[in-house]
Amino acid sequence: MSDDKKMNPGRRNLIVLAAATGGAAGLTTAVPFALSMEPSEAAKAAGAPVEADISQLQPGQKMTVAWRGQPVWIVRRTPEMLAELPKLDDQLADPKSLRDPDTFTPPYARNENRSIKPEYLVVVGICTHLGCSPVDEFAVQPEPFDPSWQGGFYCPCHGSTYDLAGRVYRNKPAPDNLKVPKYMFLSDTRIVIGKDEKGEA
Amino acid sequence: MSRIISGLTALQGWIDARFPFTSQWKAHASEYYAPKNFNFWYYFGALSGLVLVNQLVTGIFLTMHYKPDALLAFASVEYIMRDVPWGWLIRYMHSTGASLFFVCIYLHMFRGLLYGSYRKPRELVWILGMAIFLCLMGEAFFGYLLPWGQMSYWGAQVIINLFDALPIIGHDLSIWIRGDYVVSDATLNRFFAFHVIAIPLLLLGLVSAHILALHEVGSNNPDGIEIKKNKDPVTHLPLDGIPFHPYYTVKDSFGAMVFLLIFAIIVFFGPEMGGYFLEANNFVPADSLKTPPEISPVWYFTPYYSILRSITTDYMWIIRAAVLVMAIAIFWSVKTNWIRWGTLGIAIVLALLSWVLDPKVWGVGLMGTSTMIFFLMPWLDRSAVKSIRYKGPNYKFAITVWVIAFLILGYLGTKPVSDVRTLVGQFCTTLYFAFFFAMPWYTRADKCKPEPERVTWK
Repeated sequence: MSDDKKMNPGRRNLIVLAAATGGAAGLTTAVPFALSMEPSEAAKAAGAPVEADISQLQPGQKMTVAWRGQPVWIVRRTPEMLAELPKLDDQLADPKSLRDPDTFTPPYARNENRSIKPEYLVVVGICTHLGCSPVDEFAVQPEPFDPSWQGGFYCPCHGSTYDLAGRVYRNKPAPDNLKVPKYMFLSDTRIVIGKDEKGEA
Repeated sequence: MSRIISGLTALQGWIDARFPFTSQWKAHASEYYAPKNFNFWYYFGALSGLVLVNQLVTGIFLTMHYKPDALLAFASVEYIMRDVPWGWLIRYMHSTGASLFFVCIYLHMFRGLLYGSYRKPRELVWILGMAIFLCLMGEAFFGYLLPWGQMSYWGAQVIINLFDALPIIGHDLSIWIRGDYVVSDATLNRFFAFHVIAIPLLLLGLVSAHILALHEVGSNNPDGIEIKKNKDPVTHLPLDGIPFHPYYTVKDSFGAMVFLLIFAIIVFFGPEMGGYFLEANNFVPADSLKTPPEISPVWYFTPYYSILRSITTDYMWIIRAAVLVMAIAIFWSVKTNWIRWGTLGIAIVLALLSWVLDPKVWGVGLMGTSTMIFFLMPWLDRSAVKSIRYKGPNYKFAITVWVIAFLILGYLGTKPVSDVRTLVGQFCTTLYFAFFFAMPWYTRADKCKPEPERVTWK
């Protein structure tokens, strides 16, 4: 402190510089706090592939397997169900699974059935809109959400509809088809989800 | 007796020499002059404060028994309901308080819309109030996950996925919020931290700032005229003002008694309120593999939820048309060049984005906008007067239509989707936004009545 009333620009600049540096350092301490909210190592490690036995699955039935805390559906489709799929193309948003295929459809599922074996559909049962799990509406009958319903999945949260290949109908809130996870057949009756010939998801 | 009084007076003097006790009491209560013509609508500010206290007190006692752990949470809530002495009462007071908090806040905000309480010089009172409203929505959302029921789980899933829809950063942001790839124990644990400490601290700070800002500028009133314009020449006190204490402390106490009566009736006779306050699906433990067949948010979120559901591929054409109309209207009525060209630029960007971004992203954006747009009220309303009593037919018509649209959206949000409901929802969404976006034009053109010199009061 000096009795001199004149401003000392050197000191003023030093204070500004010190305050700016201190402020920046203070803000930097937010980084570890923010990063502490990222998934923990335990959460990252919990994503192992799961196996499913499909020997008991009858035509027209669906089974659910938990993979990474999410439902994965395995549907054994009947020949009638499969025959219906190509007829729906003009009502679907993305019938050929061309939108962002690397995220939603592995190469071996980029076909009309979106599956390796036409009979078996394997999809993550989470709506691509906001993540609800759609419900089965396999029966071909008029529904409140679609008077000419041909069977598929209906999301109760926001009304998105998917056909029996997990392809989303046009003009619905969901933008993408249901995700086909990486999967492969270990034998005719055993399937592994989260892993294919190229490695783990 | 006189010795006790003189002792207390001495104590007050001792405190006042060390802490601004008496001066603060005067500034905010016994000598805070509020307009004498407050009506029914002016109960809801104080009642919101009362509910806040109820939530804090009941919340503290609930945390003594609740366990923020995905394996234990659901059972610990049932433990509170069945085994903790009077636990059921404390939990029902908390859950009923949550819904009534929104009742009070919505009516409190509507009062602002009726009497122009957001207008100069009360812009900051309004903005701080809106910040409280947003915090409250966050608080309600975080709290709703804690019972770890089916609605808790899937509600959190949907709301966190709203952030996932944001371009570029969305996916990583949603993982950061959850602390996991799915809603899990990590999510529950941090939501507990937000619900019991982070947001309540923020709320208390904002409520204090809201009241401080209000007491700086003074309260508005149903006539929307400033009582500070007519002061007693000798005392310099507003002629139409009365001290908050005792006049309004007594009035608010009466309001509090009526309110607590209603509160108690709900707590004791209908705490679930037919599924609107506590949803049936939330009495089922969270199951990450199965969404309940019928899912809807709690009633206070349903209008915004309906707006979210209304944005489909077809509705994008309405958005494009609205962008065009707004751009032409602003270009035509604003003479400042940089605003004109800026508007044109923004309109072109929005039009491009309407093709680039999914309707889902627009849905999330418009839902956010529908809750935040109230922030702009001080600048959207160009009426010559503040209060609806003296506003012309334009505003009266607009706000009537808006209230009806808001209620219909709220109703639709509780129902499953169907083609007809979606169309009605889209129509009401359009009306909802038109109320705000067209406001500068229809309020400026409004034929307002002259305001009185003094507040009207019988």
